[in-house]
Amino acid sequence: MKNILEALDERRANAKLGGGKKRIASQHERGKLTARERIELLLDKGSFEEFDMFVEHRSTEFGMEKSKVPGDGVVTGWGTVNGRKIFVFAKDFTVFGGSLSETHAQKITKLQDMAMKARAPIIGLYDAGGARIQEGVAALAGYSYVFRRNVIASGVIPQISVIMGPCAGGDVYSPAMTDFIFMVKNTSYMFVTGPDVVKTVTNEVVTAEELGGASVHATKSSIADGAYDNDVETLLQMRRLIDYLPSNNTDGVPEWPSFDDIERVEMSLDTLIPENPNKPYDIKELILKVVDEGDFFEIAETFAKNIVTGFGRIAGRTVGFVANQPMVLAGVLDSDASRKAARFVRFCDAFNIPIVTFVDVPGFLPGTAQEYGGLIKHGAKLLFAYSQCTVPLVTIITRKAYGGAFDVMAAKEIGADINYAWPTAQIAVMGAKGAVEIIFRQDMKDAEKIAARTKEYEDRFLSPFIAAERGYIDDVIMPHSTRKRIARALAMLRDKKVEMPAKKHDNLPL
Amino acid sequence: MFKKILIANRGEIACRIIKTARRMGIKTIAVYSEADEDALHVEMADEAVFIGPPPAAESYLLIDRIIDACKATGAEAVHPGYGFLSEREAFPKALSEAGLVFIGPNAGAIAAMGDKIESKKAAAKAGVSTVPGHLGVIEDDKRAVKIAEEIGFPVMIKASAGGGGKGMRIASNAAEVAEGFRLARAEAKSSFGDDRVFVEKFIVDPRHIEIQVLGDKHGNVIHLGERECSIQRRNQKVIEEAPSPLLDEATRRKMGDQAVALAKAVNYDSAGTVEFVAGQDKSFYFLEMNTRLQVEHPVTELVTGIDLVEQMIRVAAGEKLGIAQKDVTLTGWAVESRVYAEDPFRNFLPSIGRLVKYRPPAEGATKTITVRNDTGVQEGGEISIFYDPMIAKLVTHGPSRAAAIEAQSQALDAFYIDGIRHNVPFLSAVMQHPRWKEGRLSTGFIAEEFPRGFAPRAAEGEVARRIAAVAAAIDHVIGERKRRISGQMIGRPVTREQRRAVWLGRAEIPLEVSREGDGIAIRFVEANGEVGSAHLLVSNWKPGDPTWHGTADGHPLAVQVRPIANGFRLAHQGVEVAAYVFTEFEAQAARLMPEETKADAGKKLLCPMPGLVISIDVSEGQEVKAGETLAVVEAMKMQNVLRAERDGVVKAIHAKAGATLAVDAPILEFA
Repeated sequence: MKNILEALDERRANAKLGGGKKRIASQHERGKLTARERIELLLDKGSFEEFDMFVEHRSTEFGMEKSKVPGDGVVTGWGTVNGRKIFVFAKDFTVFGGSLSETHAQKITKLQDMAMKARAPIIGLYDAGGARIQEGVAALAGYSYVFRRNVIASGVIPQISVIMGPCAGGDVYSPAMTDFIFMVKNTSYMFVTGPDVVKTVTNEVVTAEELGGASVHATKSSIADGAYDNDVETLLQMRRLIDYLPSNNTDGVPEWPSFDDIERVEMSLDTLIPENPNKPYDIKELILKVVDEGDFFEIAETFAKNIVTGFGRIAGRTVGFVANQPMVLAGVLDSDASRKAARFVRFCDAFNIPIVTFVDVPGFLPGTAQEYGGLIKHGAKLLFAYSQCTVPLVTIITRKAYGGAFDVMAAKEIGADINYAWPTAQIAVMGAKGAVEIIFRQDMKDAEKIAARTKEYEDRFLSPFIAAERGYIDDVIMPHSTRKRIARALAMLRDKKVEMPAKKHDNLPL
Repeated sequence: MFKKILIANRGEIACRIIKTARRMGIKTIAVYSEADEDALHVEMADEAVFIGPPPAAESYLLIDRIIDACKATGAEAVHPGYGFLSEREAFPKALSEAGLVFIGPNAGAIAAMGDKIESKKAAAKAGVSTVPGHLGVIEDDKRAVKIAEEIGFPVMIKASAGGGGKGMRIASNAAEVAEGFRLARAEAKSSFGDDRVFVEKFIVDPRHIEIQVLGDKHGNVIHLGERECSIQRRNQKVIEEAPSPLLDEATRRKMGDQAVALAKAVNYDSAGTVEFVAGQDKSFYFLEMNTRLQVEHPVTELVTGIDLVEQMIRVAAGEKLGIAQKDVTLTGWAVESRVYAEDPFRNFLPSIGRLVKYRPPAEGATKTITVRNDTGVQEGGEISIFYDPMIAKLVTHGPSRAAAIEAQSQALDAFYIDGIRHNVPFLSAVMQHPRWKEGRLSTGFIAEEFPRGFAPRAAEGEVARRIAAVAAAIDHVIGERKRRISGQMIGRPVTREQRRAVWLGRAEIPLEVSREGDGIAIRFVEANGEVGSAHLLVSNWKPGDPTWHGTADGHPLAVQVRPIANGFRLAHQGVEVAAYVFTEFEAQAARLMPEETKADAGKKLLCPMPGLVISIDVSEGQEVKAGETLAVVEAMKMQNVLRAERDGVVKAIHAKAGATLAVDAPILEFA
């Protein structure tokens, strides 16, 4: 009996070594951790329980039957983050370069099925070379099984992908269908076809980093929702993110005791809006002064910076924040900003996270580049996303809310529950100059008259009071009381119930 | 007594005057420019009058506007504060013509002390010690040597028309005088077209010591002891104290008597300051007299217990001085730090912007320690380009110099400012400086002790341990709450390891942390692996608080906390460091991570402050030598010349003249 138990220990130890000490050392030399080290960092100490540690591939092509490693290039299992259960798989670059075989795929789909049954988030850590070529169509089919499960799980359990090494070819599409992708700077890259193929097909010479590094995907392509300096920083930030996320689409947001007073007033917000309407200010100051303890987890921080999206807490409960950023492009809505915010809003709605929207938007960005790029449909995505929300929506207009952008940014008429405006709000079809030039075109040559008309327009329209007089906003509030008012609104809306008609699914303008 | 006074100033001094006036039952009127609409002094005053656009020349310096404001509000008197109109002879005259009282000296006294040469003559006449020298024209080097021998070495040979060090020579023997005289004269001729030179005594390692005087309209003048203001940066006072660590009672009396004699000689009838330059041997010589309230007056107020603003108001109203010289006693020690909106890490360049967070230390007095903060700003306020970058004066008073410095150091640790760069880290570093603590001062202190500018103090020794302990305590509070999140699995309690590895930057300090009673116990793990004895940290700190206030082993401690990814940036005593509190496993993994590769900023010239590019003085491909001008950037109306730090070749130019750049925007790149 003793021998049998010892044999188990031996097999476990062997499996845990993955591709062996040499490959582990080479992984470390590259500044990367091994799959098991990563899992251990991500989860609470000692909480990881591994599945399928002894799984080996069954391929006999090209002499593969002679090279088998237990685990087959992916470590799967579950554990906890601050006591909440999480499913996790990590590609093991030390074993066949983490490449995906039939059995490797089966390990992942088994985990996906388990996560769905248990209704808990699933996190994939990527560091792999794509399909195992020796397995041919078996590997490709393996991907498909994974993809379909990604889609079925979408909107039911949070799915997060963390790219911590190569991620190319078939490997990119599973992350692409999850809720969030995060990358490690300098050591990770992601692309459909690599630099060699690019060179062959298009003669374009490009490095892996230039083609699909973290800096590209977090700023240009919007594939990544964030990029961090190294493995440790990334995984610890993932723990922080998980603390914000619901386990599934029915449990509701996690809650912890807040150290912050929901009645806290911030007098300095009364001077946040500069006297000069053309002067920018940092909307993140408002977010940081509103959320509990100034703690805000920003999503897609470096992409489409003219809109800010991210998670904060009010009274210890997760809230999604969407805010125009006057510091960048005057906070204008363009295709990128609309797509970024739309995706964030839909995530929040899917997982019952209330949304607070801060509005200071001069309109949509004009120009051929935007129109040719499909601004109408991209803008419609955000409009669509807000309009289909059933979660509590609280909207605060701090300054400009001009034109169609007023409607898009969670106006009351598209379904927001509570809409407040600061006294500095200007709710109008457009700014004074443009408006006067159209309404009083006949006076254009008379500078004095135009000045008088402009003043008239500003006094009448560039205020929140016309909207307040007609009930388009619920109240005009003091900037310093913003946190208090949001907290009250969210508390009142906590049990909000809206029924949408049954349908197969909607038809979001893609 | 006046019922209503107007304060023709802004910022901290306006606020400070309002406080005293209010205590005296006098109503106050503030004046403000467009840039100061939401300023603290406007909020504090009983009434406020708008006086014009932001530039001082179009608002705070317009005498007519001030008089109009008085008439509109019924103010009877005007306090000018310091700067602006305070030392303009025309101002009291104009006020008097308008039937208003100037809370300051008479116009004659201002005029007499306003001119450098005239004031020196007046001082000499009143028997005040002046720098020995020969003000007349010197014909040749022989005469120069003779004069130098009369004065005593070392001497300074200066061009009459000089400035900026040109035509200036220091000589410590006859030969040097002869040579220096010839050189100085030649230099003076070529630089200023005027070869007149004069010789005066050169004071080695000079100190700046000044005497506060107070007079009334009845011929009474007293002095309130001295202040030492030797900690200066480019002639700008940074740290002041009272009394001076240099003076003894006899010298103090001598200086005070001379200052009073000078004040009497010019019929001085308000608060004023007689400035002296002092040698390390306690010799002292008249420099000039400032006919106004000095910025650093609070240190005198704290050691004498006399409110100078109140005295100025009383004597202006015609009251006789209620204090005789014998009533003036100096108790304890006071230290003042000037908090400036300037970046100590970027050669003290001015910094402007919104005060996103402004949490000065708590004011108040305990049995032995007084903390006073004269501030003119508040959270959410704007530091504009138009005015002086000083935002506050932090003053501490204690029974001894050491106690006042310790209190100052602690108060600075709790001075939390975000949104702009500020010199608090620099001030904190000076407070820890041994030479400052010993009182071995001279006006060259900053230039000598920080010759290559200011770099943040490294976290070492005791300070590092203290910071690590606070980091661990903060992390413990955060960790305790994390384990109370909803939705946890039943039957799987989250446990916590006591052992932690605190990283300050990449330096690791292992320790054990646990909650004990109302505190958090920290035990450092020594190099031999042994766990040391417990240090108990007690604090009410909670996540979101900008400063960790508490005690460590019973000693008060303040550390500023700014969250960063997975850690905090902690600031304490001029040290600013990124702190991470890792478990042992996390630390083990972190050790494998490559050191952060910073973009090679050395190869790029980055814009040091937000500003306008005036010129780019090099072209692509050009070879430049260290010190060569690369570009000129204007910020805060100052033209800043950016020079090459080392030899190199310009590879690319990213900005052009006329462009407005943000801080750290690349201007050009070296190959």
